[in-house]
Amino acid sequence: MAETIKTDVLIIGAGPIGLFAVFELGLLDMKAHLVDILDKIGGQCAELYPEKPIYDIPGIPYVTGQGLVEALLAQIKPFGPAFHLGEMVERIERIGEPMFRITTDRGKFFEAKVVVIAAGGGSFQPKKPPIPGIEPYEGRSVFYAVRRMEDFRGKDILIVGGGDSAVDWTLNLAPIAKRLTLLHRRDAFRAAPDSVNKMHALVEEGKIDLLLGQVTALQGSGGALSGALIKRADGSSVTLACETMLPFFGLTMKLGPVAQWGIELREGELIPVDTASFETNEPGIFAVGDINWYPGKIKLILCGFHEAALMAQKAYHYVFPDKKLVFQYTTSSTSLQKKLGVS
Amino acid sequence: MVKITYIDSGGTARTVEGEVGSTVMETAIKNSVPEIEAECGGACACSTCHVYVEEGWKEKTGEPSPMEEDMLDFAFEVKPNSRLSCQIKVSEDLEGLVVRTPERQA
Ligand SMILES: Cc1cc2nc3c(=O)[nH]c(=O)nc-3n(C[C@H](O)[C@H](O)[C@H](O)COP(=O)(O)OP(=O)(O)OC[C@H]3O[C@@H](n4cnc5c(N)ncnc54)[C@H](O)[C@@H]3O)c2cc1C
Ligand code: FES
Repeated sequence: MAETIKTDVLIIGAGPIGLFAVFELGLLDMKAHLVDILDKIGGQCAELYPEKPIYDIPGIPYVTGQGLVEALLAQIKPFGPAFHLGEMVERIERIGEPMFRITTDRGKFFEAKVVVIAAGGGSFQPKKPPIPGIEPYEGRSVFYAVRRMEDFRGKDILIVGGGDSAVDWTLNLAPIAKRLTLLHRRDAFRAAPDSVNKMHALVEEGKIDLLLGQVTALQGSGGALSGALIKRADGSSVTLACETMLPFFGLTMKLGPVAQWGIELREGELIPVDTASFETNEPGIFAVGDINWYPGKIKLILCGFHEAALMAQKAYHYVFPDKKLVFQYTTSSTSLQKKLGVS
Repeated sequence: MVKITYIDSGGTARTVEGEVGSTVMETAIKNSVPEIEAECGGACACSTCHVYVEEGWKEKTGEPSPMEEDMLDFAFEVKPNSRLSCQIKVSEDLEGLVVRTPERQA
């Protein structure tokens, strides 16, 4: 069995609120690990609107989504948080009072005294194209991510999409595929210009095929794909023989496993919390940021920051049951400044 | 107020009133029109507010911007009359606008 990682606090979700939670916990001497299904840090700010402006962070008149994430990372650096990216938390079990055992879909185990759910709108998952009858092929010949390139060696591959994922995987898989076709709805690609140029070069050398259109139906049986019916931009249809399809249509947020953790939910999607501590109905499990609900809740980053501060106060009593918490300011407390590495 | 009709994938039409200056997406959400998700709240960052502009209205609603075209790549069954409804501003000119919503947004 894999080794178990022990930590004071496990934070589920590395969005802005999960990040700021590291700061508030760190000031009170609690160490945190963060798990996020995304392969990058920053939640919605990094995935949905990295370049768009935010105007309502107190004291910061203007910052982009990615700018805020970078500022938060700089702010929490003194506390050395550990990130586990590209992993989804699947299970939380109570194994002590309080002590939790947390399992990810990659088979990693954590033991933590406190769990903080900062899961936002849920985990980011690939969008699935609404092609009728696609389900039996999923995971067998239709994949939304490449986990092991070797699985695609010698295959007749159809990649669908026009962004970085589609173009990058086209470049990476072209040398090992038997044949590779890239299908996109139009002749413009959003991917990095350099990658797009490389892709066009491969097309010109006859190493891959580029097709403009959209998939309307799949052919095959028992989960094994044999072809895709494609409607071209001019309205005509073709059938393309292929045995593997990789659709890349970006990500969408799905609640995911949160619903199976035995925590009380409101309308099946939000976690009610007590507004003095942001604890859920399960002692030792907290919920902060977009995922929680309480009377008056609004889904704003600044509200999540406040929630993280109060959460840390209560979490302290679980992590250090025998210690007394003394309230201090970062401005004047030498002990806090030592932790921040500024004194 | 401007009348906008949303026809869902099953063929049911709903006519609601939109405020000038708001968007076709916001008008839908305010009136609980189904089949528009608008996950990103209108920032042209999610493509879950995809609609088809009915024949005859394309000129008045205009062409998608390059940024909107990029986001449309993430939508499904994109057609020449596809738009992201958060990028269509309601104006007096759009009185009587008809849009259709797709069966699935994401
Ligand atoms: C376009 C847009 C513009 C916005 N503008 C503003 C604004 O101007 N001001 C403002 O205050 N707010 C704004 N918001 C809202 C703001 O982004 C959210 O309130 C904020 O991101 C919530 O942060 P969070 O940390 O709670 O969750 P998120 O940012 O949603 O992050 C949650 C993370 O948890 C991960 N996760 C979930 N479940 C699991 C699991 N089981 N295992 C592993 N990982 C998991 C997800 O993958 C995700 O990365 C905007 C949102 C959008 C989409
Ligand atoms: S609401 Fe997200 S793109 Fe329109």
